[in-house]
Amino acid sequence: MRALSIQNLTKIYANGTEALKGIDFNVESGDFYALLGPNGAGKTTAIGIMTSLVNKTSGTVEIFGHDIDTDLESAKACIGLVPQELNMNLFDSVLNIVVNQAGYYGIDRRTALQRAEKYLSELRLWDRKDDSARNLSGGMKRRLMIARALIHEPKLLILDEPTAGVDIEIRRSMWDFLRRTNEAGTTIILTTHYLEEAENLCRHVAIIDEGRIIEDAKMSEVLRKLQREIFVLSLRDPLTKAPTLPGFETSLRNDGELEVVLDAKDDLNSLFDVLTRAGISVVSLRNKANRLEELFMGLVEGKHQVSGGQGD
Amino acid sequence: MDIRVNWIGFKTLVRKEILRVVRIWVQTIVPPAITMTLYFIIFGNLIGRRIGMMDGFDYMQYIAPGLIMMSVITNSYGNVVSSFFGAKFGKHVEEMIVSPMSNATIIVGHVAGGVMRGLMVGGLVTIIALGFTDLDVAHPLITFSMVILASTVFALLGFVNAVFANKFDDISIIPTFVLTPLTYLGGVFYSISLLPEFWQKVSLGNPILYMVNAFRYGILGVSDISIGWAYLIVAVFVVGLFALNLMLLNRGVGIRE
Repeated sequence: MRALSIQNLTKIYANGTEALKGIDFNVESGDFYALLGPNGAGKTTAIGIMTSLVNKTSGTVEIFGHDIDTDLESAKACIGLVPQELNMNLFDSVLNIVVNQAGYYGIDRRTALQRAEKYLSELRLWDRKDDSARNLSGGMKRRLMIARALIHEPKLLILDEPTAGVDIEIRRSMWDFLRRTNEAGTTIILTTHYLEEAENLCRHVAIIDEGRIIEDAKMSEVLRKLQREIFVLSLRDPLTKAPTLPGFETSLRNDGELEVVLDAKDDLNSLFDVLTRAGISVVSLRNKANRLEELFMGLVEGKHQVSGGQGD
Repeated sequence: MDIRVNWIGFKTLVRKEILRVVRIWVQTIVPPAITMTLYFIIFGNLIGRRIGMMDGFDYMQYIAPGLIMMSVITNSYGNVVSSFFGAKFGKHVEEMIVSPMSNATIIVGHVAGGVMRGLMVGGLVTIIALGFTDLDVAHPLITFSMVILASTVFALLGFVNAVFANKFDDISIIPTFVLTPLTYLGGVFYSISLLPEFWQKVSLGNPILYMVNAFRYGILGVSDISIGWAYLIVAVFVVGLFALNLMLLNRGVGIRE
């Protein structure tokens, strides 16, 4: 069953901005799906249309088979939304915020209170349940929005940059929580600018740019398209100049670490063979940039260079 | 429409609105009580004694129903406009918009919250009025039904104002330049029979006149206008304003791009 089906979706704002230029994509039930793109690409507009916060110009959107044009209330009942911007009454208590949201979804108060305890505890907010939301830290407010989105136990959870501005410890605990939520059967759509986050969590990725989908495939397939990767090697004996390694492009960083470029045809075994023959001992190795980030930059920047060239 | 979802959603909205009124009682309950006490002291007691009788009642008794209705109207309006605009301004209106609760329920829930505040303040003003004068309710059913209907009309008007408002100034313009003049000219302090014939006819175009007079008829048994007309006009306003609000929300005016 498809959790989400979007066909030829367009959005032109009143000021004439064409935010979506006919996008199509499908999300299968149970998937963990990344919707990526630079700022202003159309991600939040697409999410706004799915959740009825934005009116579409044309196209169709179905949530678990419910068309938002003909069966909007059933479609809405399937979705939990964690928006990009804070959208809660900051003067209300943490508990009231989630329990009221449950009420809007037709969940009786007793059940809502039980679920509130469950989700606020899992997100480490139960101790703060009587506090006014304005007294929470930024990370706590983000977690509160996740608890609120889950209170009606939606089949589809949409997270629009849920970890923006959150410290690394909380971000990783949120990743664990989202993984568990997905494993329990909830389909998740995630937008984020932390591409490491998308690569770690998501099994499927779509990249949107200037209102068009420019990539839509399984994460593993997308990463396979990466033509080259740059590895940073820490060496046991620092070098004074970059060594010549047959078949590999190298450069020496200011901190004495060695950068080696691997093309898609190369593998790490052959690199280490060459390094061993050259007498270079490697202590550790890491990617210079996140793999998805490299691919993302290649796709988006490459497209902009092409369109820039056409405009000249 | 899922009746269970909408019923629980409605109860949630009403509960939230009542808690809001009670939580900020210094802003919602106390000011109208102080204002109305001053009206009773200054207009009813000090000036009223010089005015004498009006329509067979002493002036304090005559203005009491109008002042109660005035407080109900302004508080019903004020509650909905500030609550819904506050939700828009703070973006938590999105909590309701993304939910499966129908737009009709969102409107009715807020209006019920406005009516509840109107009745709370109206009840308090009635108690204050009883400290200054005796009030025998001549027609309880008319009194109660008219206060509910009038409160509903102004709660719905407050919702319209909130939908169109983009900044805080926008939620004070209508109360200041429309609601207050219409209320003062709506027969709260005088019988329109005191006006020249032309202004009597102009006054008949003021919907608040009908509500104040019907409410006064319910308490004192006297009115400048036909009670049947009053019910008809108020009913038309309730239906018309509800339909207008529903159309605005369905189109997403002020809340969706």
